[in-house]
Amino acid sequence: MKDDDNLVIEKILKGKKNAYEIIVKRYMKRAYFIALGFTGNHNDALDLSQEAFIKAYRSLHKFDLSMSFSSWFYTILKNLCLNFVKKNKEIGKAPWEIVDESKLKESLGPLGEAQRREMKKILWERISELPVKEREIILLRYFQQISYKEISKLIGCPLGTVMSRLYYAKKKLKENLKDILHK
Amino acid sequence: MKHEEYKKLLVGYLDGELKNKERELIENHLRKCPECQKELKEFKKLRGVMMSMKYQKPPDEVWENYWKSIYNRLERRISWILTSVGAAILLFYGGFKLVEDFIKNPEIALLLKIGILVLLAGLVILFISILRERIFIFKHDKYREVKR
Repeated sequence: MKDDDNLVIEKILKGKKNAYEIIVKRYMKRAYFIALGFTGNHNDALDLSQEAFIKAYRSLHKFDLSMSFSSWFYTILKNLCLNFVKKNKEIGKAPWEIVDESKLKESLGPLGEAQRREMKKILWERISELPVKEREIILLRYFQQISYKEISKLIGCPLGTVMSRLYYAKKKLKENLKDILHK
Repeated sequence: MKHEEYKKLLVGYLDGELKNKERELIENHLRKCPECQKELKEFKKLRGVMMSMKYQKPPDEVWENYWKSIYNRLERRISWILTSVGAAILLFYGGFKLVEDFIKNPEIALLLKIGILVLLAGLVILFISILRERIFIFKHDKYREVKR
């Protein structure tokens, strides 16, 4: 998508401002879910992701066309989300739902409704406690199913770093979730 | 390869993200390392829990109105900027005329005129000082621009 994005941006910079709709529609879902992962709240995620698009649009003249737009935009969005989280100490509720019962059962055995609710809440709290660099990588990989290659492009680090960050993040997470995982 | 390096490969192995050569390496290592076998089992459990969940989807209207909402916000900001600039020009002109009439009025005592002018000069300097401070803060805000 990199070259394609940059062609659209070139058009916008040459005055075809409405072409920005293409970029927004291409990345809106990913942007919303990234913000949701940081805030845990629908309204805040919607507002922050839209604000990021507005901020990117207004800074478009500073964008280096030899770079990847998705990575540049991700940095804007992440900074906005981190600023927001810093000001609002509330971490929101677990923004996810169980969609694959068999996978869950295979890992934890059968769970009652109250246990499932508790498990979602604890998982969200433990992930929110991780350092930002580890939290973002866990959310991108396991809750948005983004490949290592794509993550490496988004956060601007080598594939090896993605893998080792995921390793340390998962190691911390499994320690902090001992009570749930070893029941 | 150090043991810690093998351990890092465990995550990529479970996610199906290793190259053939790396996969062979870790599979050979796993056959003879109970510590890594244990860690792999624990990682698999954690991965299973996370992969069983997905973000709650917002209503479809959110996507339908998403672009329109951004467009409106962009447009509204431009109208706010234009309104503010217009108001500032009118205020400046009005203020200038007021001071001009005040100075030209022969019925007002000279001392009063000097007092008012000194007060106005003080306010202008205060305004410029605050404005300069704001610009300095704005320029040094680390989240203002995207840095990579």
